[in-house]
Amino acid sequence: MSELHKKLKEKFSQAVEEIHSQHGDETVVIRREALLEIANFLKADPAFDLNVLMDVTAVDGLGMGWTPRFEVIYHFLSLRRNHRLRLKIRVDEKDAVVPTLTGLWHSANWFEREAWDMFGIRFDGHPNLKRILMYEPFEGHPLRKDYLHDKRQPLVGPKN
Amino acid sequence: MLLNVGPSHPAMHGIVRIITELEGEKVLTSDVEIGYLHRAFEKSAEQRGYLQVIPYTDRLNYVSPLINNFGYCLAVEKLFGLKVPERAQYIRVILSEISRVADHLTCIGATAMELGAFTVFLYMMQAREYLYELIEAVTGARITVTYSRIGGLKADLPKGFEAKCRAAIQKSRKLLKDCDGLLTMNRIFVDRTKGVGVISQEDALSYAITGPFLRSTGVDYDVRRAFPYLVYDRFEFEIPVGTKGDNYDRYLCRMEEMVQSFRIIEQALDQIPEGPVLTDMEGRVIPASEMVDEAKMGRTEGLLQNSVTGDPTLEGAPRDRYPAFETSNMRAILPAKEDTYGNIEGLMHHFKIVMDGHGIRPPKGEAYFPVEGGNGELGFYVVSDGSGRPYRVRVRPPCFAIMAALPVMLNGGMFADIIPTFGSVNMIGGELDR
Repeated sequence: MSELHKKLKEKFSQAVEEIHSQHGDETVVIRREALLEIANFLKADPAFDLNVLMDVTAVDGLGMGWTPRFEVIYHFLSLRRNHRLRLKIRVDEKDAVVPTLTGLWHSANWFEREAWDMFGIRFDGHPNLKRILMYEPFEGHPLRKDYLHDKRQPLVGPKN
Repeated sequence: MLLNVGPSHPAMHGIVRIITELEGEKVLTSDVEIGYLHRAFEKSAEQRGYLQVIPYTDRLNYVSPLINNFGYCLAVEKLFGLKVPERAQYIRVILSEISRVADHLTCIGATAMELGAFTVFLYMMQAREYLYELIEAVTGARITVTYSRIGGLKADLPKGFEAKCRAAIQKSRKLLKDCDGLLTMNRIFVDRTKGVGVISQEDALSYAITGPFLRSTGVDYDVRRAFPYLVYDRFEFEIPVGTKGDNYDRYLCRMEEMVQSFRIIEQALDQIPEGPVLTDMEGRVIPASEMVDEAKMGRTEGLLQNSVTGDPTLEGAPRDRYPAFETSNMRAILPAKEDTYGNIEGLMHHFKIVMDGHGIRPPKGEAYFPVEGGNGELGFYVVSDGSGRPYRVRVRPPCFAIMAALPVMLNGGMFADIIPTFGSVNMIGGELDR
């Protein structure tokens, strides 16, 4: 996969920030502007052929002092080539917007909704960016590190 | 007409709400609302040490809890770069397959009951009871097992397990054959499930559906074959693949998968080696007799007479079941009880694992480990910051992706078709909402 990585880095030299392969998981860190272009390329290119978007999630780096604070993580799988790829995008708290991948893969729909619900990362162009696991009047984004795990929420009465 | 199916509904396994727009009996559009069982697994996992997260993972997919346990431990072991001893890998495979059969039995049994086949449900619950007896003999619990540890297992298999396991498999096979005879060629069952809840291959891949759902559409992707983990590459088993992607194909896939799981268990029981079930960070197995205080002082006479007998309630923890190892900076497992109570190194070791602020500390980094769950690819993504608590534990739930695709399967069908379709989704609330 490392020749493929080099090919990716040559093709998108400004967009690809970092490539590493920790514990055998190939990871590529890219800039958010190039997400759609790279995703299209990864899906269409026969050497990569990443046709399944397995997971979209995020990590809040406040506890480790990361700047930019959030990392949006995409896990891809190629069925024919039998390899995986992890794509990372670093976004700041004040500007936590990332283009959506719902146009390319339907699975992005619910996974991105969960990332919005849990972390507050907006997905530009998402058809239905509502909370999915929490209830609508919930305040805050629970998986952020500054949301204390025993924080109380205001009581919500029954809707009749 | 707008009709709510759920959240409290006898046919909704777990809790989920389907908001359907009906015209007579025909479903025009439907929308799925989840999150009723959200218990903040991922947030709680960040507050605890690595070992304390394992009971949380039991409660994810609560019909096949061992698969969750092993998936999480495999992800953390990947962070460490650990390889678990052979015997532990075989035991993990056996128990994973038993859990998988229990999962499929619950799914098919509940679906059949909702379609009216109560006998099938009871037969499958009886088969599941045989498997629960096995699991209880090994782990001590039926569902909330917490059997896996980072670096191995809690304890070894009990005596006589192999005979009990083979007997249980024989009885379950006979029950499965009976259920097969009751359902597979049954006119009513076939009419209600054939051609219902169809999803195409492209849609299934686009929604990132995996597991028996994807295999029923014709794609033979199974994590045990594609990215073999533990010792799955040593077994011969087939992966059933369907053609049409409807409910009937999913039912057949699951039935056949159970047969294949029994095959795997029998091969594993034939091949399982003797040996330790836990390992330390460097993979060393140092016998306990080498690390006693007295020996360091040179006072070795009378050593063997100062033995500590472990309490009988601590079955699985005595020295002859564990490999012991010397104190070092990074450790994963508790020492044998004779050492904890017998000498100071064991006590210090135990302290350093269990007390807050110390504990299992993998190196900084991240790892994603996919495991084949009952519903598909169950992935654990663990991020570590070098401290004793996981920084982020992400579970990629297989039925989350399937539930996102549920409207595709329901729209355009009849209202009564929601029941078998939803049953074949095998939505487990604990896994969907975490």
